[in-house]
Amino acid sequence: MNGVHDMGGMHGMGPMEIEKDEPVFHSRWEARMYALQRAAGFHGRWNSDMSRFSRERMPPADYLAATYYERWLFGLQTLLVEQNLVTAQELATGRAATKADESAVLRASDVAALMRGRSSARVAAEVPPTFKPGDSVIARTINPAGHTRLPRYVRGRRGTVHIDHGVFTFPDTNAMRRDPKPQHCYSVRFGARELWGPQVSARDSAYLDLFEDYLDAA
Amino acid sequence: MSHDHEEHVREHDKPLSGPALRVKALESLLVEKGLVDPKALDAIIDLYETKVGPHNGARVVARAWTDPGFKRRLLTDAAAAIDEVGFGGQEGEDMVVLENTPKVHNMVVCTLCSCYPWPVLGLPPVWYKSAPYRARAVIDPRGVLKELGLLLSEDVEVRVWDSTAELRYLVLPERPAGTDGWTEERLAALVTRDAMVGVAKVLPPKAAAG
Repeated sequence: MNGVHDMGGMHGMGPMEIEKDEPVFHSRWEARMYALQRAAGFHGRWNSDMSRFSRERMPPADYLAATYYERWLFGLQTLLVEQNLVTAQELATGRAATKADESAVLRASDVAALMRGRSSARVAAEVPPTFKPGDSVIARTINPAGHTRLPRYVRGRRGTVHIDHGVFTFPDTNAMRRDPKPQHCYSVRFGARELWGPQVSARDSAYLDLFEDYLDAA
Repeated sequence: MSHDHEEHVREHDKPLSGPALRVKALESLLVEKGLVDPKALDAIIDLYETKVGPHNGARVVARAWTDPGFKRRLLTDAAAAIDEVGFGGQEGEDMVVLENTPKVHNMVVCTLCSCYPWPVLGLPPVWYKSAPYRARAVIDPRGVLKELGLLLSEDVEVRVWDSTAELRYLVLPERPAGTDGWTEERLAALVTRDAMVGVAKVLPPKAAAG
């Protein structure tokens, strides 16, 4: 979706500020929020593409005004209701109407193994690649209303395939209908001037990891 | 950001603020429904507050500086090499390490959200997740770096890596001068999070101390 989360190249967002000795969480509710997302995700009702899409759907004015973990709160509430783990009524009242029948609840003793575990989006499927390193490609001009990982700032721009990373699940379909649609994901180099015009350095470039469905041969 | 800071201050001397209250209510609901065990939440928080963080990445970088064989493996199969040092897992399954040199400066961003290599850097800092960095890193990387105190000369090539898929990036900074013969442990203490994201250099020992 063409949302405000797709920020690459926007102006007016203000100066960079790096907080010295920044804590991992700025308050307890941020820490609880982070952990709630991980623990609720353990039930397997959604994938990480669905999680990202849940946060992208926060209304744009709210998204920009919110702190990071407020966006997570919005996203988790959205997923919990959409995936029938809680009802909208329960969320509104804060009272459980029924007990969940989920047997596999994440326990403290499972946490280290869960976080150390590998849930790679890489897929073992044999899918022939359309492109190879060195190929010229154009990022497609598409405007999906659903989730996509093709930022606006490269659409219609010409780049060069740098590396073929191999076969991965495709976020666009995986977020919208749990269809992994395995395909090659490529590192594509775009010259800074191709993206931003003659005022930027001709030496500089941006590398994006783009799926086969985002690319045409140039 | 200032908003975070106000939130933080408020939480300590006044009743719970909006999000704090709402997160507390959500946790109570999920616990009551039997969906979440609060002890598991404690364990997750403890993991990211005390165990996983940029000190992990610093050890990877220091080893690459002292062991050419390891560095070679790190640059060709990063996740496997990082696993040798004992790190890996969620948000680090598919890693790429980018080597900074006097002629090439790499920096990492996620313009669409906050993708970041958790096993080696921990959870991302606020600036990395915030609009100014996500908006400006790709269109004005030199301006961003300058604002952060890193002035790159015109003949240095800047490569910005936008984490748009499941690959996670770690920058291997240049080893600073004045560290000949240093042990891996001593070197690791010099390596900063910001240098491993590519918005800073690792400073020589004297400057780092001062």
